[in-house]
This record gives sequence, C-alpha cells and structure tokens, in this order.
Amino acid sequence: MANGIAAMEALADVIIANKEKLTELDAAIGDADHGINMTRGFEAVRTKLAAAKPEDIGGLLKLVGMTLISTVGGASGPLYGTAFMRAAVVAHGKTAIDTDTAAQILNAAIGGIKDRGKAVRGEKTMLDALEPAYEAFTQAMAKGASLTDCLTLATAAAASGVEYTKTIIATKGRASYLGERSIGHQDPGATSSYLMLATLTAFAKEQEA
Amino acid sequence: MKKVINNAEQVVEEMLQGLVLAHPQYVKRVEGFDVLVRANSPVQGKVGLVSGGGSGHEPSHGGYVGRGMLDGAVAGAVFTSPTPDQVYEAVKAVDGGKGVLLVIKNYTGDIMNFEMAAEMADADGVKVAKVVVNDDVAVENSTWTTGRRGIAGTVFVHKIAGAKAEQGADLAEVQKTAEKVIANVRSMGMALSPCTVPAAGKPSFTLAENEVEIGMGIHGEPGTHRESIRTADETAAHLLNKILGDIALNAGDEVAVMVNGLGGTPLMELYVVNRKVAALLAEKNIKIAKTYVGNYMTSLEMAGFSITVLKLDSELKELLFAPADTPALVQF
Repeated sequence: MANGIAAMEALADVIIANKEKLTELDAAIGDADHGINMTRGFEAVRTKLAAAKPEDIGGLLKLVGMTLISTVGGASGPLYGTAFMRAAVVAHGKTAIDTDTAAQILNAAIGGIKDRGKAVRGEKTMLDALEPAYEAFTQAMAKGASLTDCLTLATAAAASGVEYTKTIIATKGRASYLGERSIGHQDPGATSSYLMLATLTAFAKEQEA
Repeated sequence: MKKVINNAEQVVEEMLQGLVLAHPQYVKRVEGFDVLVRANSPVQGKVGLVSGGGSGHEPSHGGYVGRGMLDGAVAGAVFTSPTPDQVYEAVKAVDGGKGVLLVIKNYTGDIMNFEMAAEMADADGVKVAKVVVNDDVAVENSTWTTGRRGIAGTVFVHKIAGAKAEQGADLAEVQKTAEKVIANVRSMGMALSPCTVPAAGKPSFTLAENEVEIGMGIHGEPGTHRESIRTADETAAHLLNKILGDIALNAGDEVAVMVNGLGGTPLMELYVVNRKVAALLAEKNIKIAKTYVGNYMTSLEMAGFSITVLKLDSELKELLFAPADTPALVQF
C-alpha cells in the first residue's frame, strides 16, 4: 500500500506545482480559482495521507475523495470528490492495480463526474480529457497492452482532449457564460485531469523500471 | 494589490470572527465550521432558511441572518462554493422541526455542493427543499449556457421567503413563495474595474482606462461585451431596458427596485443611477413600492453596480414590507 500512498502524494505534488497555471487558465474563462481550490484540497490530502493507514486501494481512494469533497469547494470539489469515491467502490479490497482494475477505476470515476455534473463529452469539461483517455486505455487493453502502455496511450489521448477543448464552446460551468468567447482557451478542469493521469502514468513507469 | 488583510488564507475565518463580535445579538458561529446562524437557533416551529456561497459578496449572506430573513449562512472560500459538510452543518443547526429551505444562487459548484448537503440531510430525516435563484438577464438562457446566474435579486428571495417563514408557513409554502420571487425578479450589472481574490493576488481581468464591462458577473466572470464608458443615465437605461425586455410589466404595476453597489462604487454614484431608474419607470407608469440603494451583493472591491427589479403582487408586497432585523438589513 506504500505505492498507492506514494501515487496519491505524486498527484498532490503535481496539482500544487501547477497551482498558478491552473488558476491562470481559469481566469481566462472562469473565476480564477481552480488552482487555488485544488491546491487547498490536495494539501489537505497530503496531510491526511501522512497519518492514514488505509488497508486497500479502495480505502485510499475514499480518503482522497472525502478530503476533496470537504476542502475543495466550487465545482471541482464535488466532481473530483465524487470521481474518487466512485473509484473507491470498484477498488474495494484491492491492494495492487492491474490493467483491468485501472480501467474499472477510470470508468467509475468518469461515471461519477457525469452523474454529479450532469455533463457529457464535448461541453469543454474534464470529460473531454478523461473519456478519450478511457477509450484509448480500453482499446490498448483489448490488444493485450501492458498497464504502462495502456496508461501512456490514455495520457496522450487526454492531452489531445485538452487541445480539443480550445476549439469548442463551453456549455457547463461558469465558462459557459462566455459562449463563443470561450473558444481559444483550454479548459482548466480538463487540464487538471490530464495532469493527474500523466502523473499516474509516470508513477507506474517508475514502478516498472 | 493592497488589501486590509493579515493573511490571504485567513480572510474568511477572520471576517467571520469579526462579524460575530460585531453582532452577537444577531448571530453565532457553529463551532468548527464557517457557518453563521441566528443567535437563538434553532427557532422551533419555523421553517429554517439557509443560504450561502463563496465569500467576497458581503454583506451576503451572513449579514442577512436574523429575524425575518435567513436562519443560517454558509461562507465558502472567496468566490468558491462552500463544501457539502459545511452546508449540512448549517441545516442541522437551524432545523426547528419544520424543515429547511436552501436558497442557492445558480452556479454549477453551488448547486452540486448544496445538493450533496441536501442528500446528507435527507439521509438524516431532515426535510430539505431548495430553490435556485437565476435573476441575471445579462446572459440569455440558451442551449449554450447552464442558465442564468444568481446575483443581487437573491436578497429579495431572502427577504420575502424569510418573512413568509416567520409567519409560520410550512416548507412547501415558503418554497412556493421563494419561487414566486424568483419568477418575478430580474437583474443586470456592469463593472468599471476588476477585483482581486486575496489568494490570487492579482485581478482576474483587466479593463482599459476608458472601458467598462456590461453584464459583468459577481465573480469577475465576463459579461456580454465591453464598451467605452458612457454616462450614468445611458448605462442605467441600457441595463434597465434589458431587464424590462425580459419581464412583462404594464402601466400601473408595482415593483421593488434595488440599485446595488459591487463594493467599490460610492453611494453617491448609486443614487445618481437610482435617479434615472426611477425616472424611466415613472415614464412607463410603473409604480415603485420600495427602493433599496446600497451594497447588498458585492464583488470584493469591484467598481460597478447592478439594477434589480422585482414585480410585486399583494403577497410579495406585504412580505417585502414585513419587519426584518439583521446585521445588514433592518426594517420596521
């Protein structure tokens, strides 16, 4: 379980390191708080992880989800919080992640975001990074790719998804009030989703090496 | 950016402490949470009203906790919806056995967090109903938006639904009255200068020296367009016409008017705006039953204002004129 905790700490590090970047992206089309709120949440996650002894990955993800729900606020808190809580359900009792479990976790997280945000792909949200990532992951998995290869392809798809958000009009969240003026800006939520996926991918590669 | 603060991370906490110290006869803190409730909460046998949202809109919402208005207010981080556990604490603290109405401004984050809190309260057997305020006509409702934003008109919901609850109405009746206010209230604002979220340290947008943003939201989120500054009369007329284009008002109808400052606008200028609003409504033979001019729903130090018009019927008028005794609004 030390690996799982280290992976969540790596997530916290990348969000905190990108606090200003995420806030600037949000300032362009939203209310300039995404990096600030996510940093507050992941600093709390880091504090909780230092004291926590989760017995399985489900317990670990639940701890992260509960912490984000009670500290982030805004829209990202309920969305990421629900994503981690749903992922916790499918990871219950697991102490290691294989390709199949990773796919289930990603799928459950996406389902949580869709239910809570009442959003679908193409509305300039985190789903525009995560859904293509899940598709790339499962396509690679079907061809028998390794976990790190699946993750690498998923991360590349998420990166393309972030680029795609520059070309579309926001229809969810505060950015939607901008209408066509939101075109040209990448979505901060899609960006933070990409950053987390990229970090988990790098972490998995380090473990394999 | 200069601000009268000690530490950006502590602004909300220190504001809440100062507010309670200023108004102990009205409000108390729910220990360990960013929640203010009436000093005598829970009021038994009365529907509780809870609102809240990001901080930075003072006196909204903590300033409206008191007799005739809210029972509880939840303060999120600046411009950030409070979390579900905080809202849930407010609900528990004000429930006097007749249920609790949540008054939510229409923002994606607020709706999700308050809904999660309602789910928690439901699981506890507390009756919770909710209304969503969406009075801002700047951004048209269309397939491209999640609906209109909730701005200064929310204060009329607090006032009128609060008075209804004070009369002993049940939860469904208070909710219905709140929904009637929402159906009949429209607002629109504009900004001359931006505001700076303390934790961000710099403005979230910039305007050129001679430029204003029409339709500006209360979090610095952009409005409909930018233009060169015009006279107060021209700007007031533009906003009021957008509002009147959206709500059916006939000669002889009665309204309440709010000219609301966004935090950095002198009252002097708000009265200049009100002069024009009153004149334009008089031209149309629309009767102003009551006018509020002041800082009711602010956006930190943003300079600018919003106009709100509420169409009244006999019920809404009676409840609007009912007494209120809160830190930010006292009416006898």
